[in-house]
Amino acid sequence: MAEKEMQKREASSPVETERTKNMKFFIPRVDICETKDAIVLLADMPGVDEKSVDITLEKNVLTLSGRVEPETHEGYRSAYVEYEAGDYERAFTLSDEIDRDRIEASVKNGVLRLTLPKAEPVKLRKINVKSA
Amino acid sequence: MVWPEFGRYGRVWSPWREMERLQQDMNRLLSRESTPYSTTFPAVNIWASDQDVIVTAEVPGVDPENLDITVAENVLKLTGSRKPEELKPGEVSHRQERVSGEFTRTFRLPYAVDSGKVDASCEKGILEVRLPRAEADKPKKITIKSQN
Repeated sequence: MAEKEMQKREASSPVETERTKNMKFFIPRVDICETKDAIVLLADMPGVDEKSVDITLEKNVLTLSGRVEPETHEGYRSAYVEYEAGDYERAFTLSDEIDRDRIEASVKNGVLRLTLPKAEPVKLRKINVKSA
Repeated sequence: MVWPEFGRYGRVWSPWREMERLQQDMNRLLSRESTPYSTTFPAVNIWASDQDVIVTAEVPGVDPENLDITVAENVLKLTGSRKPEELKPGEVSHRQERVSGEFTRTFRLPYAVDSGKVDASCEKGILEVRLPRAEADKPKKITIKSQN
């Protein structure tokens, strides 16, 4: 118990700005993979649903944030703790090749799924070389 | 030198592989110091009152159908699996921080619970299991009869 580790990684410093709420916040774990025409991001954000997640894209900085209601159980004492509830925040720098109008996001079972389609002109074009 | 190559296939004991493993273990131990960030999955909190226990677990991305909860007296066992995101041909992974695979976690609860009345729900990736204390285990108040 004494050597237990917290399961979520706490942000060491606020992301450039400070928050008004005096509450812990966490960096969600993400998987990012690139498909032929999109970049797909999955973020573990337990406690977050589609209403409590905010995704902003400013210039080329994509910010994910999720609000989590603190876990309270009236009349119960805490017997064992491995995680704390807190908001999530993480920012990524994207390259310019994202089609901003077609970004899709969904939340299921506490996992945010973000699809960032690549902009058309940047898609690889295969050039056929004709024989002379 | 030919023989250390065998170790790669796991058939022959190789001192180099042992050394490598030792090094990995050491690295893991040392890196834990700087990043208190474990891969134990799922993270669990336990809340207790005199009447019942609430166990909550962060299970993002786990389909409730793939989650098994078993209770025996005061031992709660959580097993389940989280499917890894499979890459199709042509897809490239940039980051992989989320853990996947099977997990089992076992907890000893503060007292025996009535396994017939256990109630579990899973919402927004958080599992909540409510386990009422077994009648036989509840503290009983003993009235003292007076002789007069």
